[in-house]
Amino acid sequence: MEENVNKINQEVSDDMKVLDDLTKSEYKWGFVTDIESEVAPKGLNEDIIRLISSKKGEPEWMTEWRLKAYRYWLTMEEPKWPNVTYPPIDFQDISYYSAPKKRPQKKSLDEVDPELLKTFEKLGIPLEEQKALAGVAVDAVFDSVSVATTFRETLKEKGIIFCSISEAIREHPDLVKKYLGSVVPYTDNFYAALNSAVFSDGSFVYIPKGVRCPMELSTYFRINAQETGQFERTLIIADEGSYVSYLEGCTAPIRDNNQLHAAVVELIALDYAEIKYSTVQNWYPGDKEGKGGIYNFVTKRGACRGKHSKISWTQVETGSAITWKYPSCILQGDYSVGEFYSVAVTNNFQQADTGTKMIHIGKHTRSTVVSKGISAGRSKNSYRGLVKIGKNAIGARNFTQCDSMLMGDKCSANTFPYIEVENDTAKVEHEATTSKVGEDQIFYLNQRGISTEDAVNMIVNGFCKEVFKELPMEFAVEAQKLLSISLEGSVG
Amino acid sequence: MLIIKNLHANVEGKEILKGINLEVKAGEIHAIMGPNGSGKSTLANVLAGNKGYEVTEGEIWFEGKNLLELEPEERAREGVFLAFQYPIEIPGVSNATFLKTAINEKRKHIGLPELTPKEFLDLMKEKSKILGMDDSLISRSVNVGFSGGEKKRNEIFQLLMLNPKLAILDETDSGLDIDALKIVANGVNVFHNDENAVIVVTHYQRLLNYIVPDYVHVLSKGKIVKSGGKELALELEEKGYDWITSDELESQNA
Repeated sequence: MEENVNKINQEVSDDMKVLDDLTKSEYKWGFVTDIESEVAPKGLNEDIIRLISSKKGEPEWMTEWRLKAYRYWLTMEEPKWPNVTYPPIDFQDISYYSAPKKRPQKKSLDEVDPELLKTFEKLGIPLEEQKALAGVAVDAVFDSVSVATTFRETLKEKGIIFCSISEAIREHPDLVKKYLGSVVPYTDNFYAALNSAVFSDGSFVYIPKGVRCPMELSTYFRINAQETGQFERTLIIADEGSYVSYLEGCTAPIRDNNQLHAAVVELIALDYAEIKYSTVQNWYPGDKEGKGGIYNFVTKRGACRGKHSKISWTQVETGSAITWKYPSCILQGDYSVGEFYSVAVTNNFQQADTGTKMIHIGKHTRSTVVSKGISAGRSKNSYRGLVKIGKNAIGARNFTQCDSMLMGDKCSANTFPYIEVENDTAKVEHEATTSKVGEDQIFYLNQRGISTEDAVNMIVNGFCKEVFKELPMEFAVEAQKLLSISLEGSVG
Repeated sequence: MLIIKNLHANVEGKEILKGINLEVKAGEIHAIMGPNGSGKSTLANVLAGNKGYEVTEGEIWFEGKNLLELEPEERAREGVFLAFQYPIEIPGVSNATFLKTAINEKRKHIGLPELTPKEFLDLMKEKSKILGMDDSLISRSVNVGFSGGEKKRNEIFQLLMLNPKLAILDETDSGLDIDALKIVANGVNVFHNDENAVIVVTHYQRLLNYIVPDYVHVLSKGKIVKSGGKELALELEEKGYDWITSDELESQNA
């Protein structure tokens, strides 16, 4: 009981912190840092790709890979099937490379541009403190180039590689060659092809055999320079029997023009390895009329290559004008496990079409999908999920739970479940609910002295609890805050 | 403590309360009885500020404040508590989180510091014991998966935790077996003292054996048609409501 109550007290005080922040309704991280950027001219052609490749000091094989992807991309068409609408994107009107001009040394934080450090502070990423307090190693991506990396030494002792993808291409070409594009080939989809051609940075993680990564690895993405597309590439490899928890969080400044973000994340888990990938996404969603805001078209996929391997995706999506994203698991290894826990919040004119794919190939593979969609304002929130059980996936199991919550009567929630079963020993369960934040619930909380705003937060956080409990503690607190801010003023 | 003058209220455009007058002083227990549809629950909800009910005429004064000008949460912080006839479920929010937030909102309102975790825990232990509540009910989501009896018990638990000035019990006895009824009534009696007041809204006299009222009012068609002492409840139990409501109508017609 005592322990229970202490836990509850912690939760309560976290809730209260969330409530304290409620007064700040404007997009809180809307500012543009004044750092000179080196920006490539707008447009895309083979020269631009060669420019990016040479800026990154890449070897010839990498340049060739990019060019192949680019040529393939030219033959493809933008996908039209998502349940979202937006004006056509002019891919020649985008600058594909931007790097802070004053490229800081990475030996210590003192050498990092003070402007940049200030930006991180505004974002709530005190690198200095993180070193001491949080035990989080941060590979901070500012625009497209990694500028500060901490905890490298500790990780190095364990043989863990945690660096920018560019560095990995130069320093660890064998690993990159073996795994890059092995989960998401450049032929996969339009945006994956584009990303493969032009990605400018991102993170690389390798956890050696039998190593349990001693800290949460974390990358904060941030789009800064105006009208620069951001094409991150993340590759995480967990070798046999290893474990890693990776956190990804994003914020972006206010701007007028829509921004395209097309990242690719590839995860590979070998025998008995486990990867936990958590995201809190808070990119600028556009203003109340729906202007501006980020287009977030992301391909995230993990391959459970080894037996008894496990990949777990947890995401809290509150930002972006448009989200198009399906973190997926390919369950190849026998007894491998895939999980997807998602909270997607849309407000005003935001649109989200998100979900997951669980592809069961190996025997006795298991997957769990828990999706919570919250729509407010005039937003559109769709869950799209595929569960596929292959011929040989004897004894495969899937459980999917898909809940939608509506706030107000101008928003919409949709569920598009696709289930394909080719093995009759498999067991697939799908549950779905839709609810409205009820006047009666709000009145009940009002009657106990809780304001409507706080009541809505409490109800929404309760609705998302199953997902929040999958997040690392400090991330869960941040996620709750984001939810409050995102939904402010949507009821009453 | 509470003065209601000529209160009229509509629900979905239909007039339900047609001129209620009532005064409740500290230390008193008032029972509001009456047949179904007489406006008992409407009165309880209007006092609590439910926006589904529209006050068209009249005044409500609580501790010198005009209650009709206050939002529901402000009324609650001032010390008006409604034990709901149908307590609402809030999935994913633990009873403890909910209660701690509620208590601290109230303490903030009256200029007290927040309870420390230890104080909150001690309070919770003390009050749950009075109601013989299982510890697990406290960490479970608010009212989710509770039986009807557990929900009602939880309302009285909240009453004890929040310790308001005025407790309005809306059909708290409905759906309770005799043992649960006794426990709930005992909770209310533990709460009640010279400084606070209780309004018991009920259809049946049964609860009033355990929560003994100072005054009993009979509500019929939106008006208080008869008031008396606790004996009135027994008389109602014996004779039903017809004799009063028809008498009253006759006297009105006369």
